[in-house]
Amino acid sequence: MFLAWSGQLCFLSTAGLPIMASLATESLNKLKHVMSILLALDASSSACSVALWLDGQVYSDHVIAPREHTRRLMPMVDALLAEAGITPAHLDALAYGRGPGSFTGIRIAAGTVQGLAFGLDRPVIPVSTLETLAAGAVRIHGATQVIPAFDARMNEIYVAAYRVKQTGLPGLESCAGEQVIAPELLEPVAGFSSGWFAAGSGWGLKERMPEGCLVGLEGMDTTMEPDARDMACLAADAFAAGNMMAPHEAVPVYLRDQVTSRRQ
Amino acid sequence: MRVLGIESSCDETGVALYDTESGLLADALFSQIDMHAAYGGVVPELASRDHVRRLLPLIQQVLDDAGMHRTDLDAIAYTAGPGLVGALMVGASTAHGMARALNIPVLGVHHMEGHLLAPMLEDNPPAFPFVALLVSGGHTQLVQVEGIGQYTLMGESVDDAAGEAFDKVAKMLDLPYPGGPSVSALAASGAPGRFRFPRPMTDRPGLDFSFSGLKTHTMTTLKALVRDNALDEQARADVARAFEEAVVDTLAIKCRRALKATGYRRLVVAGGVSANKRLRDSLGNALHALSAEVFYPHPRFCTDNGAMIALAGALRLSQGEHDTGTMHTTPRWPLDTLQAPRAHEDS
Ligand SMILES: Nc1ncnc2c1ncn2[C@@H]1O[C@H](COP(=O)(O)OP(=O)(O)OP(=O)(O)O)[C@@H](O)[C@H]1O
Repeated sequence: MFLAWSGQLCFLSTAGLPIMASLATESLNKLKHVMSILLALDASSSACSVALWLDGQVYSDHVIAPREHTRRLMPMVDALLAEAGITPAHLDALAYGRGPGSFTGIRIAAGTVQGLAFGLDRPVIPVSTLETLAAGAVRIHGATQVIPAFDARMNEIYVAAYRVKQTGLPGLESCAGEQVIAPELLEPVAGFSSGWFAAGSGWGLKERMPEGCLVGLEGMDTTMEPDARDMACLAADAFAAGNMMAPHEAVPVYLRDQVTSRRQ
Repeated sequence: MRVLGIESSCDETGVALYDTESGLLADALFSQIDMHAAYGGVVPELASRDHVRRLLPLIQQVLDDAGMHRTDLDAIAYTAGPGLVGALMVGASTAHGMARALNIPVLGVHHMEGHLLAPMLEDNPPAFPFVALLVSGGHTQLVQVEGIGQYTLMGESVDDAAGEAFDKVAKMLDLPYPGGPSVSALAASGAPGRFRFPRPMTDRPGLDFSFSGLKTHTMTTLKALVRDNALDEQARADVARAFEEAVVDTLAIKCRRALKATGYRRLVVAGGVSANKRLRDSLGNALHALSAEVFYPHPRFCTDNGAMIALAGALRLSQGEHDTGTMHTTPRWPLDTLQAPRAHEDS
């Protein structure tokens, strides 16, 4: 049993959810060399941000608006499109901050992008919010190795590690995978003893981290939050590489899956 | 006007396509009941996580079933409240994203308005005005309905909702969640008259309800049976029967009063508990005496569903009402604050 999805075939799994057969590589290779127009949305933190990648030019908007993402997001998108003089139909793909971060926030971004992408029949690009923060530290602080960390509450942090690609190509490469962990249990990034920039609210808990995680730090900014303008650049790399998904696959990445223990 | 309806306020993801000319074209539902059953109730975070996985596949399924393309849609309606805030946001954000992409109007709809208009999906729809009894897991309300958005609250539960009482009594009887159907099934083998439970707040005037005393009474009865070592299968069924009869009688008495007070001849009963067989029989008898008529939604539209949201949305959207710019989610939203459909200036 199968049903048509964006002109591709997708199969129904036993669980009843359609699973997208990976996008045909030929059609993606074609996309590589064309110019691209991408919209990126992030609502994973107390910031709400949107950005437009227009053939290498970036338009963006960013507000600190805790608990107001539902109210702010669409008007911000509309204003940005108007500023760039385009309509949603011009978009080639839609990127969103897929997490980790505020559960509600990453669902608002995922839901909005699912709706936009489904309505426009365009692919989606999930972008890690930790990687986005790392890209922000490269842009703002000139960092080359970044350990982004968010306060995940419940005495844990979301954390990963990235460095600027050694090949000189744009984008970042992962040095340590994303995890949710108690600050006390954090370990230094294997193989890299120094040169790290610490970015994000997670470092507000540095007193609780082992000494070994702090010695290799060369800079810190605990006030940084993910910004869609960095996400748009990462999305452009993903778009060029053909790393995209069907709209219904635009789901959040929570990292924390233990959610049923009753609070109090 | 072809309207896509999206429901995600609690533990069901519902999608439907309604046409103001030809009626319901297709509907699909995914219920999370099995997922939450293990926890004995809805876990909000798990509910939200599931909605975001289910919604687009259900929308695609509804379009396919109706033989339509997404570009055939004229508008989108979603449940904006009341409900679980995180769950509501999934429907709201997807609806707004999609409407923006398709450049069509979108409207946040009141979940209980959806329930109370659901009988209008049937072949013999009720005409205005009518009295509506909304009985679900979260609500027990009597509403005077003069037209769309013209609602006056006549009475409501001062404590537990009727469905909630069913669910709590099911827990006491070790019956599976959701409790309504399982208590009702057990009650079917109960002997009438062995226990008689009070009919709360029927001995005084007024249209309010209270079910928490009934719940306590059930608990006390069960404890006494345990103490006397008499809680066998038959006794459990007898208790279930006494409880169900008390709830049903109470609801029927208040419905009769509400009809008398308004002079209306039509009663609409909606919400999950309206599926209850004994309630339907009892209301049938009570209303016959008043030569009034009672209207129910189709059983599959008694509990949460997308069809009622598509319908309620269509009735408003077709009058030119729609959200302006931003999505809204209103977890707490009294029904009687709604207004009749209003066209927006910019439409
Ligand atoms: N046959 C039945 N008899 C009694 N109660 C029933 C029956 N079937 C379902 N219910 C009850 O109906 C409720 C579910 O209804 P519904 O899905 O309309 O409400 P809800 O989503 O819990 O609340 P609301 O719609 O008010 O937010 C549950 O409490 C369930 O036990």
